[in-house]
Amino acid sequence: MDPVTAMYVAQGMHGLAYGMILFLLASGLTLIFGMMGILNLAHATFFMLSAYLCYQVIAWTGSFWLALLIAPIVTGIIGVLLERFLLRKVHAFGHIGELILTVGVSLVILESVKVFWGTESLPVQIPNVLQGLVTAGGLDYPIYRLFIIGLSLVILIVLMLILYKTRLGMVVRAAVSDADMVDALGINVPLVFMLVFGVGTWMAGVAGVAIAPILTVFPGLADQVGMDAFIVVVVGGFGSLGGALLVAIICGLLNSYGVQFVSQLAPVLMYIFMAIVLVFKPMGLFGERE
Amino acid sequence: MLLEATNLNTYYGESHALQDMSLNVEDGEVVALLGRNGMGKSTTMKTIMGLLKPRSGKVIFDGRDITGQRPHKVARAGIGYVPEERRIFPNLSVLDNLMMGVKGGKVDTSNANIWTIEKIFERFPFMRDRTNQKGALLSGGEQQMLTIGRTLMGNPRLLMVDEPTEGLSPVMVKEVRDVLAAICKSGISILLVEHNLKVAMSLADRVYLMGKAHLGFTGTIAELDANPEARAKYLEV
Ligand SMILES: Nc1ncnc2c1ncn2[C@@H]1O[C@H](COP(=O)(O)OP(=O)(O)O)[C@@H](O)[C@H]1O
Ligand SMILES: [Mg+2]
Repeated sequence: MDPVTAMYVAQGMHGLAYGMILFLLASGLTLIFGMMGILNLAHATFFMLSAYLCYQVIAWTGSFWLALLIAPIVTGIIGVLLERFLLRKVHAFGHIGELILTVGVSLVILESVKVFWGTESLPVQIPNVLQGLVTAGGLDYPIYRLFIIGLSLVILIVLMLILYKTRLGMVVRAAVSDADMVDALGINVPLVFMLVFGVGTWMAGVAGVAIAPILTVFPGLADQVGMDAFIVVVVGGFGSLGGALLVAIICGLLNSYGVQFVSQLAPVLMYIFMAIVLVFKPMGLFGERE
Repeated sequence: MLLEATNLNTYYGESHALQDMSLNVEDGEVVALLGRNGMGKSTTMKTIMGLLKPRSGKVIFDGRDITGQRPHKVARAGIGYVPEERRIFPNLSVLDNLMMGVKGGKVDTSNANIWTIEKIFERFPFMRDRTNQKGALLSGGEQQMLTIGRTLMGNPRLLMVDEPTEGLSPVMVKEVRDVLAAICKSGISILLVEHNLKVAMSLADRVYLMGKAHLGFTGTIAELDANPEARAKYLEV
């Protein structure tokens, strides 16, 4: 096979897989913001925590699959507890209080992680079936990247089905535009908030497990990938899932092809992209509110 | 007594927006809450609805103390709220907007007066033809009908309607008036804030007039008619 084409395909797969991971992370962030008006600055920290939990579960059980199951659930439960017992308490003091709280929680998790696991970067092994390449049509595809893309697509489809085909989804979409009004119609919005928060942090957790074998596990994960996810939310438009998906994929591809074609510019490509979009659409591509 | 709000004191930060505000609504009654802009009519409704918490005072509905309860509890107790500015869900279809009003739980289907989706369509035929259209694409008058229909889907015992004819054409104003009259006939009590005095007078049994943050005058329509000082003080610009 033509080695140049092969390289394009491989880079494309890397970019797509990273883009889908960014989407998993960004969609929770954008949903929580859209519904509750909270910019959850601890979101990327949950993502990092889940990567550590993944490492730990594998250390105990040797099973990546078990880690993929357990780490995001534990992360989601911690998210629910944060919402129920801390965020809800400071809600009355406005968004600044919520913002500061999420920063505080994020610092506590970061420091705890360093105490428990140190600051070294920890490797995560993927199971044999996910290693190596599959060949189709004369091209090689890395299996783990395909797996990430497939898993994210399944989550995306389930999420869309819930959002657009169930009453719960309808309530969430309505609450994104006017939560108080939904509450005044007799729907327990705080309960829905808690659920959305849990699902959002669960998805951040899945993203954390997915990234662990690619980037290894280290405390700086939250900043590194979190910044990209934040850009995705801003450019896609706060509260817009479709925007997050589109921009996450663009960013993933920019990231991997950027390294290949304009390697000196690669680290700032996302920022350039963000600046260009925001000049023309200050609310992001699909954003409606300030 | 269906609704009994007594000595409500509500603040926006340090600004004292309701000062010992009280009002009652009897079963089956239409009560108008009138006054100039910025007096606190919407604040009164929001406080009853639980969207604002009063620092003191009591809201009793159907014998139950609902003071300071979350809005969804108040709605479930039987109060429907049609806010100013309509606040439909612009990104949801007309049908979904209506379905958002369904509260779940028990609906007394034996009651012939119960509001169902079929009855809503009968009353507002344009909705049947546009079930899949996004709420944002409706005209102002249609959006007003949609908010009212949405709240009716929850079968409230008391409907609080805040300035329903604001910004509507004369034809639509009449339509809204007729809808409110029909709702009242179906056995639902109404608390109405309305700037169009003619509309308010044609519907209401009793009125409350608000001065700045407080209750100024209360009485029947006939008593208000016989009291030009009260009208001059609280209504005329
Ligand atoms: N969200 C708010 N924050 C601060 N002040 C408010 C707010 N909403 C209303 N007010 C003030 O409270 C007073 C009563 O407002 P409102 O109840 O909306 O009056 P009305 O409905 O009678 O026109 C006004 O002076 C208004 O400026
Ligand atoms: Mg008002």
